[in-house]
Amino acid sequence: MAELTYRDAVARGIAQEMSRDPDVVFLGEDVAKAGGVFKATVGLLEQFGPQRVRDTPISEQAILGAAMGAAMTGLKPIAEIMFSDFLAVCFDYIANEIPKSRYMSNGQVKCPLVVRTGNGAGSRFGAQHSQSVENWAMMIPGLKVVAPSTPKDVIGLMAAAVRDPDPVIFFEHKSLYATKGDVPDGEIVDRLGTAKIVRPGKDATVLALALMVPRALAAAETLAKEHGIDVEVIDVRSLVPLDLATILGSVARTHRLFTVEENPRLCGWGAELASIAADEAFYDLDGPVVRITTPHIPLPAADNLEDLALPNAPRIVDKIRRSLNA
Amino acid sequence: MTGRAQLKPVTPRNDELTEAKRLELYRLQVEIRDCEQRAYDLFLQGLVKGTSHLSLGQEAVAAGFAGAMEKGDLSFCTYRGHAHTLARGVPMEKVLGELMQRDNGLMRGKGGSMHLTSVDHGVMGSYAIIGAHLPIACGAAWRAQYKGQKDVSVCFFGDGTTNIGAFHEALNFAAVWKLPVIFVCENNLYMEYTPIGEVTAVEHPAADRAGAYGLERIVIDGNDADEVFRAARAAFDKARAGGGPSLIECMTYRYSGHSRADPAKYRPAGELEDWMKRDPIQLYRGRLLAAGIGEGAVKAIEQDSKRKVDAATEACKAAPASPADILATDVYADGGWTWRN
Repeated sequence: MAELTYRDAVARGIAQEMSRDPDVVFLGEDVAKAGGVFKATVGLLEQFGPQRVRDTPISEQAILGAAMGAAMTGLKPIAEIMFSDFLAVCFDYIANEIPKSRYMSNGQVKCPLVVRTGNGAGSRFGAQHSQSVENWAMMIPGLKVVAPSTPKDVIGLMAAAVRDPDPVIFFEHKSLYATKGDVPDGEIVDRLGTAKIVRPGKDATVLALALMVPRALAAAETLAKEHGIDVEVIDVRSLVPLDLATILGSVARTHRLFTVEENPRLCGWGAELASIAADEAFYDLDGPVVRITTPHIPLPAADNLEDLALPNAPRIVDKIRRSLNA
Repeated sequence: MTGRAQLKPVTPRNDELTEAKRLELYRLQVEIRDCEQRAYDLFLQGLVKGTSHLSLGQEAVAAGFAGAMEKGDLSFCTYRGHAHTLARGVPMEKVLGELMQRDNGLMRGKGGSMHLTSVDHGVMGSYAIIGAHLPIACGAAWRAQYKGQKDVSVCFFGDGTTNIGAFHEALNFAAVWKLPVIFVCENNLYMEYTPIGEVTAVEHPAADRAGAYGLERIVIDGNDADEVFRAARAAFDKARAGGGPSLIECMTYRYSGHSRADPAKYRPAGELEDWMKRDPIQLYRGRLLAAGIGEGAVKAIEQDSKRKVDAATEACKAAPASPADILATDVYADGGWTWRN
């Protein structure tokens, strides 16, 4: 067991898989010699050499297209798109090429690859380097989508993503890179499609993802201490596949459902979960599903404004407390 | 530029191309022509559905490149990809079946005319978002380079593709990484409905950009299968020797409109007729006869092609429609579409 940062966990997760399988290769802008602009891939070039860890030009379409062509013909590429906002630059590959090729070819073409990308706010970078865009990926048939919140999950879900036969979009949260957590020694392999109950509780189910997980946990402690409300916090971790057994199982026990989402409100991932809950857990619910989200705005650069935009622990506490009339 | 290219005269030659290779190139062109013409006819009968983009008039490019490929080389095509798919040996029935959206089609009707794919034949897909497949071909070439495999990836596209970003990203990427990939621009003078010269800053939309990526400027007569074959072979040799990518602009002409919806009324009077005088198949036939290859061998190819396309047509007409139970298969690797537990 060792304490590791989320940032170092990225490199360890990639290294674990590259050590295991020579078909795993890694490409992206500034990922090799510079070790990544977030320093999340330091040491990989030295460990695995320039044939397997490759710097690319600023060509997001070439990065994802090359990853796809390599995956189709036998490699297991990991491609980095530096900021998740840039997925828009290469969205054809995310929306049309990578996810549809298996279906369109009636199963002939395979795309086992991982696109990892720095997602989310908190760095005061402004609207084009801060958005939480996991919902962009969630809406596309053929993709799998994960967003880990802890260093251990980074390693385990990275391993699961690399070993998965389908394309996986791997959202790393930029504001979590400096956070630390305990990580066991040795190989760590997790499972896609599994949510995790990170705080058991009986009064309400709170779903959160990535940076919203520690904030939901902080809110849960306040709710318990100051308001006597005992909420269950679930780290959704995987948007596709979606672990509805865990989520709806929790709702059946707590009878209330909240989502805490960093993505802008319209068509955020929680909207789908609210829809599913209305359809499948209606009679388990004692009140409406409540979504706590970033408002439907581009993100501002100023720190005080950005902090106002994102859900935080006091806002989560307030919303849950008022919704439960406590 | 008016869109009319200067073309070299085609003359009979006796040279290093063997008779067998010449007959192969002729057969490929004839079979593509017959199959494409049949696809057009089947439209008119309402039996080919959706859209379709024909290569009538452009057969020499597909034949010349396929004739120079080794087994294991990979083709990446556009929506105008029937010709390249057939040229790799995919049976006409599989192609026409897909165009007719039948269960006997290449992808059982799930892909359609614009996405013909036959991995077993090295046809790694037909891509219908302009330019998308150039980077994808780079990736396949990267795999060959990384694994020390000798196959070459060939990426076919039209003149219109040269004005989209992915074209330029891929050329730079391939040149910097020295990838074994060949980019083949079929310049048929029109990007969809608009003359390419009206929307492009240079006369030769692909070749005149080659220098920006440190590549040789290559423009060839795309209606001459021998010239295509020779240019292709040189590019394959270079790629297999580790010499990196090539960009080849093939001047040719599209007899039909952009797609089934386009009657091509924007063409100047006489342009189509001028190009038909340089029909790749008629020219090649003349060359074979002038080179002393007997008319019997030539006619046998033509008759065999007609038989093949007739048989394929009948098989497709008799084939069932795509079955409902494949609607949601192969979305994910487990064979299904499940996104939840």
